[in-house]
Amino acid sequence: MKAKIAMNKKAALVVLAVFAVTGCQANSKDQLFATSASQVQLRSFQTRAFDTTDSENTLRTVIATLQDLGFVVDKADLDLGTVSATKLDGYLLRMTVSVRPRGETQLLVRANANYQQQAVEEAGPYQQFFTALEKAMFLEAQEVS
Amino acid sequence: MTGLRSIAGLLIAGVLIAGCQQGIPKEALQLTPQTLSDRQMQTRKFETRDEKLLLQASAGLLQDTGFNIDESETSLGVIVGSKDRDAMETGQVVMAVILAGLFGVYTPIDDEQKIRASIVTRGYGDEDTPSYTSVRVTFQRIVWDTQGKINKVQRLNEPKMYQEFFDRLSKAVFLEARGI
Repeated sequence: MKAKIAMNKKAALVVLAVFAVTGCQANSKDQLFATSASQVQLRSFQTRAFDTTDSENTLRTVIATLQDLGFVVDKADLDLGTVSATKLDGYLLRMTVSVRPRGETQLLVRANANYQQQAVEEAGPYQQFFTALEKAMFLEAQEVS
Repeated sequence: MTGLRSIAGLLIAGVLIAGCQQGIPKEALQLTPQTLSDRQMQTRKFETRDEKLLLQASAGLLQDTGFNIDESETSLGVIVGSKDRDAMETGQVVMAVILAGLFGVYTPIDDEQKIRASIVTRGYGDEDTPSYTSVRVTFQRIVWDTQGKINKVQRLNEPKMYQEFFDRLSKAVFLEARGI
């Protein structure tokens, strides 16, 4: 009887350990659209409006800011208005920044970042990025709700 | 026994809470006091408004130094290149051999690396005012060990690399301007 209880305990520990390592993921394909923050909240973290319509200059300033932050550019496309870059510093941080018009007088800049194998879904890192960007733009980064 | 068990329990609880998740470091997207000196080291100004000439010279220099060009967008002044090279260093090999001889253990050592470079040009000043074009380059690399695992991911930030790059770029610009 005692041996049986010990066995059960061991089995429970193994199951616990397996959960600890894998989390509760049942199907790894679910990662395709998985996010933890809400879509609206995420957009507000990741997006700022600038009072300019010069998307080329804005993209060039985004690239310069990414370089200041230690990134190497992966890809840039003026027509699409996107820039992707990677930072390697003992970790892997990948960022895509897109620029598109908002009304007649503004541009929307949206950034999204992946740290190692996870989406960055906290407000803090994006706030830091936009603080760096607004310094380089000489324009205020306005929150969009 | 109880002691051991409670330690194991604590460990498991710790792993459960933390999972394998490690958040993004606080300073990852922050400008630091070093930002300005890095920028100066990685940038040179050229007294020309001919951004295209500088991009062509940069592409030529990447080819001179064995890089392949992965990506380019001239209208934003961007060229991206990379090369795969041997990453084995004598010091590491010697250590691995000594460890194998003394303790019979196999130590993986650096084997291969991918070096990446992005070059970005930007013009300053209006049509009439005296103006210049800047060139900024940044390097980084990924190193795999002999077991095929990623061993290092880092930026390459040694001043002499950038010094050499710009010495060569000046020559490349000179050659390009003369159509050689």
